[in-house]
Amino acid sequence: MADSHASQYGLAHHFSSMEQQREAGTIGMWIFLLTELMFFGGMFLVYAIFRTTYPAGFEQGSHLLSVKLGGLNTIVLIVSSVTMAMAVYYSQIGEKKRLVGMLSVTLVLGLVFLVVKYFEYREKFEHHLFPAMGFYAPDAEHLALQYHQQVRVFLWIYFAMTGLHALHMIIGAGMLLVLILMAHKGRFTTSYNSPVEICGLYWHFVDIVWIFLFPLLYLTGYHLTGH
Amino acid sequence: MATEVIEKVESRSTYLNNGHTVKSWLLTLDHKRIGLLYLFSISIFFLIGGIYASLIRLELVTPEGDLLTPDTYNRVFTMHGVIMIFFFLIPSIPAVLGNFLLPIMLGAKDVAFPKLNLLSWYIFMLGGALMMYTLINGGIDTGWTFYPPYSSIYSNSEVTMAGVSIFITGFSSILTGLNFMVTIHTMRAPGLTWFRLPLFVWAHYATSLIQILGTPVIAITVLALALERTFQIGIFDPKLGGDPVLFQHMFWFYSHPAVYIMILPSMGVISEIIANSTRKRVFGYHFVAFSSLAIAVFGFLVWGHHMFTTSQSMYAGMVFSIISYAVAIPSAIKTFNWLATIYKGSVSFSTPMIYALAFLGLFTIGGMTGLFLSALGLDIHLHDTYFVVAHFHYVMVGGAIIGYLGGLHYWWPKMTGRLYPETLGRISAVIVFVGFNFTFMPQFILGYLGMPRRYYAYVPEFQVLHVLSSGGAFVLAVGFMLPLFYLAWSIKYGQKAPNNPWTAFGLEWQTASPPPTENFTYNPVVTTEAYEFEHVEEIRNAGKTGAIQTA
Repeated sequence: MADSHASQYGLAHHFSSMEQQREAGTIGMWIFLLTELMFFGGMFLVYAIFRTTYPAGFEQGSHLLSVKLGGLNTIVLIVSSVTMAMAVYYSQIGEKKRLVGMLSVTLVLGLVFLVVKYFEYREKFEHHLFPAMGFYAPDAEHLALQYHQQVRVFLWIYFAMTGLHALHMIIGAGMLLVLILMAHKGRFTTSYNSPVEICGLYWHFVDIVWIFLFPLLYLTGYHLTGH
Repeated sequence: MATEVIEKVESRSTYLNNGHTVKSWLLTLDHKRIGLLYLFSISIFFLIGGIYASLIRLELVTPEGDLLTPDTYNRVFTMHGVIMIFFFLIPSIPAVLGNFLLPIMLGAKDVAFPKLNLLSWYIFMLGGALMMYTLINGGIDTGWTFYPPYSSIYSNSEVTMAGVSIFITGFSSILTGLNFMVTIHTMRAPGLTWFRLPLFVWAHYATSLIQILGTPVIAITVLALALERTFQIGIFDPKLGGDPVLFQHMFWFYSHPAVYIMILPSMGVISEIIANSTRKRVFGYHFVAFSSLAIAVFGFLVWGHHMFTTSQSMYAGMVFSIISYAVAIPSAIKTFNWLATIYKGSVSFSTPMIYALAFLGLFTIGGMTGLFLSALGLDIHLHDTYFVVAHFHYVMVGGAIIGYLGGLHYWWPKMTGRLYPETLGRISAVIVFVGFNFTFMPQFILGYLGMPRRYYAYVPEFQVLHVLSSGGAFVLAVGFMLPLFYLAWSIKYGQKAPNNPWTAFGLEWQTASPPPTENFTYNPVVTTEAYEFEHVEEIRNAGKTGAIQTA
């Protein structure tokens, strides 16, 4: 049992080689991302159904969102994906300082995203646009009742999808923090760096979800108005 | 025969004597111990679900509703369904037998992620605790299907807590599936190619696929339902601009494939038992393996057959109907291949084999009546009647639970190192078979005659059939309780088991009973197919020297 591999740094006892361990971790994360895809997929289905049923409500609801803030966050996340990819690269060639640097920049960008999101949410609450108690769509007196409800359904979908996404960002930020501490202590070597790569996969996935959310939620109003 | 091996058992270190403290169990990362933790937990849930089932059958002995109030009856059948499905059937074979056997069958030391494996048990127990909280607060009365707007506005029961409980439990199922898939992909012993895998492993691979792709959808659905109920905002209630049929689509997108989560592992168990009890290679191994995957894939495309009586479009209904028929093809391939395996085999009627033969008959009836229900026209007549209840139980009890019991008996010597009393085992298997048919066969007739499901009172004409069914349920309960007692008894007093009591093939029989913590004392190498019974003797002899299958 205690073969030569048992002493190898970073290798769990039940794996027989580093390659096997790395492969298991990577496949595990890909399968987890499949699960995540189906999880968000349920919400994308809800979006598709109601957008087809309530185009007017979606048009009106979409115009209530700030394209500037959403656009800013899109850029922030795309840049963070680039820095994450560079972190993976530096972990593989064993440049500890640059690895810590890139992970830190990624973490800061993730936090910038969350802060911007916080201001967006706060603005919605202040204008009674949170679809729960006290919900009051602007120009409600001009809106027929069903439009009022349609805007409310849109905003429910907005909060559910971006809220779920923000939750994933918070988890991702926690993962980055752990990675930074591990990297700072010099835990990663050229032969043991799969945690960086695996967390990177997760980070890119969460970014890609946002790449879909931004046009579907923020820009769809302009799209629908244009028709 | 293998007496010399047995004598060494006392001094040998096994996964069972590696630590006796409570902590050594609750913080274990050993897949075998986690399997036993699951066995213990789901047995308790099975008992609770069984008590609810008994209450249902007792109420239905008389046409009047005299034992339970209508509201209590609603809660009783709902809790029976919720506990049996989410807390017994879904974890049953994968989490107990799969956890225990899969790594050993692959020649691995553990699953790929032992910590995740333990975490999944804790998540399961957290979900279970919340469900017990729901139960103590009176349970829920929506039916296990949670259809809104009843569940989202009108029901006065603990729907939110039940939803949260199912949301949490779902992650346990996802983590188990993820772990199994990665383990099968990366942890196979040298020489163990895909087509040398036991069919048990193939069945679990297909099951895991459904767990990781389907479960997240029910998670998001019950989460949305819980939010809708708590904050009165949402997407399902027509009053809020929502769509109740959307809930049904999302619910059945998981919950139909979920029945394949329950039946596929059972089919894997049956393949193993039949091959061993007939001493033959499973006929058409490749077809049986791929039919598991086919069931998993087709299973995702048939959910609409639960909704033939809703506003679902007629054309969607036709497509769902045709694909539902198509699922019968891989199921039939399996059944016929098992029959062909038995043909001219040297059949032994051990307890597991009696369960396997019961499975063949009952699953066939369960499957064929499923075709009645996937017929667009006939389903209008049978929808929401006892015909559906009977069909479902023929597949879930006659298929899944009987497979689970068969597997539990088959691998019991390996898991505990003790033999169960064979005669008692055979008797209880026959009792289960007889009791089961008396319980559910009358329900087909009841349903066809128009008895609706979920009613606590009925017209007097139906009483004879209901009494038959309740009487059968009593017999069935005896059949289920017997193994509980004699298996528990055998842990302490049973005869010590040799390493390979069935002279079976497969890596799990080549290690000791019970296995050591690291599963094998050597690194197994596989050189043959899964069911080469003509070579079993030489492999067994090699096993005694410890140089098993090392080519």
